[in-house]
Amino acid sequence: MLLRVSDRGMYCEAGDFFIDPWLPVDRAVITHAHGDHARWGCRRYLGSREGERVMRTRLGHDARIDTLEWGEVRDVRGVRVSLHPAGHILGSAQVRVERGGQVWVVSGDYKTEPDPTCTPFEPVRCHTFVTESTFGLPIYRWRPQAEVFAQIDAWWRGNQEAGRASLLFGYALGKAQRMLAGVDPTIGPIFAHGAALKLNQDYRDGGIPLPPADNPMGAPKGFDWSRALVIAPPSANGTPWMRRFGPVSAAFASGWMSIRGARRRRGVDRGFVLSDHVDWPSLLSSIEATGAECVWVTHGYREPVVRWLREHGIQALAVASRWEGDEGLGMGDEGADSPAEETTSD
Amino acid sequence: MKSFANLYAELDETTRTSEKVDALARYFASAAPEDAAWAVHFLIGRRPKRLVPARRLAEWAMEMAGVPEWMFAECHEAVGDLAETITLLLPPPSEEREDLPLHRWVEERLLPMRHEDEAGQRAAMRGAWAELSGPEAYVWNKLITGAFRVGVSQNLVVRALARAGGVDEPTVAHRLMGAWDPTPEFYTRLFGADTSDADASRPYPFYLAYALEGGPESLGDAGEWQAEWKWDGIRAQMIRRRDNVYLWSRGEELITERFPELARAAGLLPDGTVLDGEILPWKEHAPLPFAQLQRRIGRKVLGAKILAEVPVVLLAYDLLELEGRDVREEPLRWRRARLEELIASLPTGATDRIPLSPIVPAAGWDAVLEAYRGARDRASEGLMLKRLDSPYRTGRRRGDWWKWKVEPFTLDAVMVYAQRGHGRRASLYTDYTFAVWKGGELVPFAKAYSGLTDAEIRQVDAWVRRNSLQKFGPVRTVKPELVFELAFEGIQRSPRHKSGVAVRFPRILRWRTDKKPEEADSLETIIGLLEG
Ligand SMILES: [Zn+2]
Repeated sequence: MLLRVSDRGMYCEAGDFFIDPWLPVDRAVITHAHGDHARWGCRRYLGSREGERVMRTRLGHDARIDTLEWGEVRDVRGVRVSLHPAGHILGSAQVRVERGGQVWVVSGDYKTEPDPTCTPFEPVRCHTFVTESTFGLPIYRWRPQAEVFAQIDAWWRGNQEAGRASLLFGYALGKAQRMLAGVDPTIGPIFAHGAALKLNQDYRDGGIPLPPADNPMGAPKGFDWSRALVIAPPSANGTPWMRRFGPVSAAFASGWMSIRGARRRRGVDRGFVLSDHVDWPSLLSSIEATGAECVWVTHGYREPVVRWLREHGIQALAVASRWEGDEGLGMGDEGADSPAEETTSD
Repeated sequence: MKSFANLYAELDETTRTSEKVDALARYFASAAPEDAAWAVHFLIGRRPKRLVPARRLAEWAMEMAGVPEWMFAECHEAVGDLAETITLLLPPPSEEREDLPLHRWVEERLLPMRHEDEAGQRAAMRGAWAELSGPEAYVWNKLITGAFRVGVSQNLVVRALARAGGVDEPTVAHRLMGAWDPTPEFYTRLFGADTSDADASRPYPFYLAYALEGGPESLGDAGEWQAEWKWDGIRAQMIRRRDNVYLWSRGEELITERFPELARAAGLLPDGTVLDGEILPWKEHAPLPFAQLQRRIGRKVLGAKILAEVPVVLLAYDLLELEGRDVREEPLRWRRARLEELIASLPTGATDRIPLSPIVPAAGWDAVLEAYRGARDRASEGLMLKRLDSPYRTGRRRGDWWKWKVEPFTLDAVMVYAQRGHGRRASLYTDYTFAVWKGGELVPFAKAYSGLTDAEIRQVDAWVRRNSLQKFGPVRTVKPELVFELAFEGIQRSPRHKSGVAVRFPRILRWRTDKKPEEADSLETIIGLLEG
């Protein structure tokens, strides 16, 4: 087998490297810069050229990061390694490894819906596909994002009429930028929480146009927040930081918001179903598009996805990931917000 | 159906009362009377009976969504609510259909399912699912499962109707009481100027007290207040109008037939009388435990034996209608005086069944406090404090009536089972069973689900998932590790329970993270409370 799961993560013995290890290792190939995929402290990192800036922001300036263009092949001790867009966040990659005619692809997190803030997902043919399954149940089906952004815009306008600031929570890396790019900036002024500012700049520097969004801390005293949209990480919800805005309507954008109970528990006024992961139909069609004979399922609803695949004639296996909720829900970006677990990551 | 589903979504999306009322008022102002009548019916909680067994609904939904039973179970587990699970699983309709109004969905699609056999019901459900999506499908599924609940109180519906129709709130509230059919005529009458339409059976909205926090000193001069014992029975209105008698529970159930002795006594009241009171199991001038009343409530047929064992009274609190006149606006001191005269004038057969709620002498707050401390000895839950100048208001209002309950019993217990919650907590383990020590063994003795913060619930939920020993359907046995302080109102011996005791209104006071399971209380302590 070209890859196996060791106590530090997915390991390629022939090439002596790990993919998204959860403990420090010598050589790590990184799918993307979210905290549960890019861990600190590895000697050398290999990631996508597109993701270099955000990886550096996340891993620190002294991290040794090598990069590959999309599709560029690096020979690592006889193993051909290349990266292919995963469409999850800026620079998110699928890792393709090939040796002796055997091809494996590790998806990392991915989505198939077009997103103006990153290169779209490309299916890669392989023998074994290692897929995430954060939303691996048929109840998860996303509405077209144009529809979701129309809802967000309408909510923002409604808040303006009601004299309330609009606080929109979403993860600082990826979701924040996608929201910035997706809302209608002519509605009113947009601000972004300090945690997202550097990342916003990384995106802009990487050639992704985003509307201006200043730090609300810099706004003049007595500023009228009722027309503003403020984008912030979920961890800011309920903190004293929110007081400056006066009356607010708070909303949270995540795939988990498709379930009413999750919406209610979040303690926000609105939930928008906007995810950077594949929904159920796209998960199945993506697996099919790889032509894989064997599928490893990780990060999420592994068991149901494995069983479903097996019942549909596909060899499948559940693979452990480091952060296990009881329901097999990992803790990463949206995984962190699963119904079962709560962390402050990202 | 679209506008009603939108209303439902709007109500569900906000926790702000003013926004709920705005959304309701907007809906009532624009909806056709035949739709609005059904909307009122559902919103105030008169939900339809479950028409189709849950198991069958699930089967048909699986069939239509093309998922096997195990996958449906996984999804149900993740969502928690059957109606919502089905809504999320069903494929969206292939084409946009014309929007059928709410009353037609109810009258032409929902209600006729009652008379259909299984095949007919299946066809009807598949037909509906093929046409509906998103919020409309959710509302439909909620109506079908009989679990339609939206978190608006009747007060809010009344406020919105009053605003939309330009009528005052008490009038609307009164017109919504009792038995009515959700017809356009009924809906239009809600806003009518003529108030002589009152149906003879119609009760008044109940006035409910708020809980008093701390002592009564904040209420001002004790001389302005009337104190009564607070009892634990069934709050009810007794109506005698046009040669008929009606007994209504606070839940607006007509319960006349369940209490034949009260119906007979009510027949001795003068025509045009309405009393507010509490139905209590009563023997020799004192109440029996509530559990005795429950024995009666559960029965379809009331034999002579149970009637003799558990006789009931209506303990009269207040007078709402006198000689056919609504006297709710008169001050309590006036109503109480008339009530006393009225009861005194009744023949013995009636006064025995309709005794006056005794007034607790209250020369000052000290005397009131003294009485409060003795409440439990009388099997009373505490005191009711009512301002002597107060009118009889509608719904739960602050200011004039307070309930001052005695401190609950408390003890520390160990969590042994956890079960999924309902409604907004349906995907979390929120319902816990607690045990206390009996020798070296933990015996379950109470189930409780309220009292923790949302953050604590999430923590406990995560803990439960990691520390399950066994899973039986929705219930998990957990490692006996977590200790909670529980409060409850009363304790009784109960041979039906393994522990031998039953507690009333158990609830969680706090999570004792500082305590080990060995430090939890024992059954002997509970029995000590029972005897103490
Ligand atoms: Zn991610």
